Amino acid sequence: MQETFSAVADIIAETCNIDRATIRPESHTINDLGIDSLDFLDVTFAIDKRFGIKMPIERWMQEINDGKGSVDDYFILQNLCTKIDELMAAKPA
Amino acid sequence: MRLEYFQLVDRVEEIDLAAGRIRATAEVPVKSTIFEGHFEGYPILPGVLLVECMAQTAGHLVLVLEKFERMPFLTQIERAKLRRFVEPGQRLSVTGHLVHLGSGYAVASGKIETDAGLAAEAEIRFKTLPFPNAAMRRLMLTHARKIGLEVPQTGETPAP
Repeated sequence: MQETFSAVADIIAETCNIDRATIRPESHTINDLGIDSLDFLDVTFAIDKRFGIKMPIERWMQEINDGKGSVDDYFILQNLCTKIDELMAAKPA
Repeated sequence: MRLEYFQLVDRVEEIDLAAGRIRATAEVPVKSTIFEGHFEGYPILPGVLLVECMAQTAGHLVLVLEKFERMPFLTQIERAKLRRFVEPGQRLSVTGHLVHLGSGYAVASGKIETDAGLAAEAEIRFKTLPFPNAAMRRLMLTHARKIGLEVPQTGETPAP
């Protein structure tokens, strides 16, 4: 998780022009870091490329809308990184 | 090009879904009111229209990949380079390559070539959304059919 967090934090800092030191595992991408939807698309693209995955953002949003998960489950960085790790583990060898 | 309708692609010549590639052609009209202002005595196609032409070409690739269920909306243009002036009457070869089809977004690269060489290139990003209404989807299906794309049979009345 630490390695994933480090890579994701670097991506957010570079893509959104945010001071890297302010990005912590408990940071909320929207409430704490103020990442808007367009910047979040850039972050998503960079994460997809970096890890060779396709983050199912739309499914996650649907799950939030359906009450099957909270925004924090997906958009607090340590939770996001756990989901990235799960997607990496599920990748075909 | 039907500049007055902002439809900048005339014909899809090739599409390879496995390779994520599309090639289209477009002929710049000889006459248009645009050239009266851009510029009288020295008519050239505005660079933003070259960018839009690449976006529409790559957008059609995304439309097909999304099975005409989702509409790509232009959100971002990266590393755009407008290398040559494009004049009235010139024929353009426009290519688009899919870089990544993500969840709710797509990234493609575009290129425009003329007989004189490379005229423009850019990386183009789209947000992809379900069609906001049936009329828009019908319009896109009708236009796609007109420019030579195979479209799903919907049984809907085509848009004029």
